[in-house]
Amino acid sequence: MIPLLFVILVTVATVVLGIVVTKRSQSASDFFVAGRQVSVGMNASAISGEYLSAASFMGVAGLVMKNGYDALWYPVGYAAGYLLLLLFIAGPLRRFGAYTIPDFAEGRFDSPLFRRIAVSFVLFIGFFYTMPQMKGAGVTMGTIMGWPYYVGIAVVGTVITFNVALGGMKGITFVQAFQYWAKLFAITVPVFVLMAIFGPYHSKMGELADNPKAAPKVLKDTPLKFAGKDKAPANAVAFSALSETTLTFTKDATLAKVSTARKPEPGEDKLDAQKALSAGTTIPAGTALVASRIMVTKDGQPLLKDGKPVMTAPKIEFDTKTEATLAAGSFVPNAQNNTKWLAPFGTLTSKHGYPLLYTYSLIIALICGTAGLPHILVRFYTNPDGRSAKATTFWVMVLIGVFYAFTPIWGALGRADLPSLYANNKTDSVVIALPKALENKLLGDILSGITSAGAFAAFMSTFSGLLVSMSGALAHDIYGKILKPKATPEERIKMFKLAAILFGAVAMGLGLLVEQFDIAMLVGWAFAIAAASYFPLLLLGAWWKGLTMPGAAAGMLGGGLLSLAAVIATMLDTFKIITIENGIVKTLCEQPAIWGVPLSLTIMFVVSKLTASQVPADANVKMLRLHAPEELGHSQDYIGEHGH
Amino acid sequence: MEPDELLRSVMRRQAALSLRVAAVFLGIIFVLPLINLFLPALAATKVGGFTLTWLILGILFYPITWALSAYFIKSSNELEHQLAQEHGEPSA
Repeated sequence: MIPLLFVILVTVATVVLGIVVTKRSQSASDFFVAGRQVSVGMNASAISGEYLSAASFMGVAGLVMKNGYDALWYPVGYAAGYLLLLLFIAGPLRRFGAYTIPDFAEGRFDSPLFRRIAVSFVLFIGFFYTMPQMKGAGVTMGTIMGWPYYVGIAVVGTVITFNVALGGMKGITFVQAFQYWAKLFAITVPVFVLMAIFGPYHSKMGELADNPKAAPKVLKDTPLKFAGKDKAPANAVAFSALSETTLTFTKDATLAKVSTARKPEPGEDKLDAQKALSAGTTIPAGTALVASRIMVTKDGQPLLKDGKPVMTAPKIEFDTKTEATLAAGSFVPNAQNNTKWLAPFGTLTSKHGYPLLYTYSLIIALICGTAGLPHILVRFYTNPDGRSAKATTFWVMVLIGVFYAFTPIWGALGRADLPSLYANNKTDSVVIALPKALENKLLGDILSGITSAGAFAAFMSTFSGLLVSMSGALAHDIYGKILKPKATPEERIKMFKLAAILFGAVAMGLGLLVEQFDIAMLVGWAFAIAAASYFPLLLLGAWWKGLTMPGAAAGMLGGGLLSLAAVIATMLDTFKIITIENGIVKTLCEQPAIWGVPLSLTIMFVVSKLTASQVPADANVKMLRLHAPEELGHSQDYIGEHGH
Repeated sequence: MEPDELLRSVMRRQAALSLRVAAVFLGIIFVLPLINLFLPALAATKVGGFTLTWLILGILFYPITWALSAYFIKSSNELEHQLAQEHGEPSA
């Protein structure tokens, strides 16, 4: 009940703020870029508020809890992308002066055709980014409120859609800024209280490092809920190889598959995991299932490592959802030992056997993808000049850096004090579930309410940002520039509102379809497309005079679409529709940025050289507008020049 | 000064600054995985409860990027002021 009150509070505050500022949101310019009068502090808070999505608020803490060190690359990459944006893109883009990336695309090459290609990517990346937000909303509301998946999506989606349709971007600038501070409060204050009770960050980390071979244990009998085959791979339970484990079922269970927790390596004997279980594949309620350890053998002889036999344990996958109690003192299933968790190149990056390649490709995707996200870049136009655009970027880095520095603490505390989340495959909910583990139930509910409200703010802010850029693209780029160039400002605002409602509805519909897809996989999709499409366009567009329209278009389409194809191949492989055997290919498909970004840049370079005659005649003037200090007077707002 | 020369000089000096800061940043972020791979003992050195590599990636990395960002902005604003002084009146 208490978490619900907090969620309602943050939702009402969002809507009321939206309505209040709407009254001041009048002109078309207000609607699209907040009249370019947003102060640095306000804009930095708003950009940060918009950027910190479901993936950042819940996903990063959960990923750190699950994978340990490797997961730290995510928050670092999300935050560090802004440095590349600052060094190469923010200043020139603001000096050039345009509302949206398609404005830049058209203005740089005087090509309405290129605008259409660029707009398609705003919508493309936007829809892929809204899907994980919608899924996050559905899952969170399910976790904290027990609502069905679709109710969470309908509530979050409707509130935000109407807020955007009513207030436009000026509305959400204030709301986004408010939501940043709400999210920072929600991630920091509860974690300080939890550290005061459970123990500080550094001592938790120290305990892990001092007991390298240990793994998380439950101290009392712990009830667990398991998912069924429809939620695969979240229906898997890999027992610990450190000792035998007893699981007493409180409901009937059926096993879809039994295998070993450790992946067999070539040459090793095939092990019969079923023998190590005390029950068959149909388990009636009340059964105590004992999972014993299994010795790994090679040619019938025990396999030794450091003089000790290598052990594993059964891994079971449930057919339908069920419930069971994990006996006090058991090692928690699905949790790796402390060394593997603390050390680099763990379960996340090593899964296909090429951890260094995986790590580098992940870094490139995150830092380049951040710089190419359409809903973030549009906000740099809301600064009055290039100098304040740069100052804004600095403050964004500080605000999101402070936020991200706190997320791994949740992961470390979750591992030490609520390890049962490993067994249920629910590490994603650690920021909401951990406070409930407190002895003091009231305090736990209040803290969990605060983090639930923070999670809610996260979906709301990112979803509204995406909705504004997508609706803006439709109203401003497709309607205002292509369909009806003579449209009055009022007509454009009307189109913006219609587009917001239409896209909001489509996003909710798409959200309903992706329940079985992994949030991180969908977010990765958006980053991969952005890194291999917009990032090269902006980088070369701002710094290379010789870039031609065919070159930019070919690179953007080639890099973006091939990266997308690679990620789709990974998904099909995950769902066993196709099979990718080779570990390198698997790594490169799951993390395509290491080849996608250079490919896109290369195509842009080569095609531009081949079509050198199409370099815009006034390329020099354009470059001056991008680079000459504003005091020299070469900068001219693209929009101002073309009139409204 | 001709716009062409102005452009070349402005862009070259801006690019030099951006590339210098980017080199430091990319150096740190791309060398850390190599240290983890080739010097695991160094990476696992304990510093106040944390392993060294966790301390760098999980905590210190953020203030490092802030420092790089602040340095870049200061230098970039100085550079623009300098360019405006050198090239005087608008020439376009």
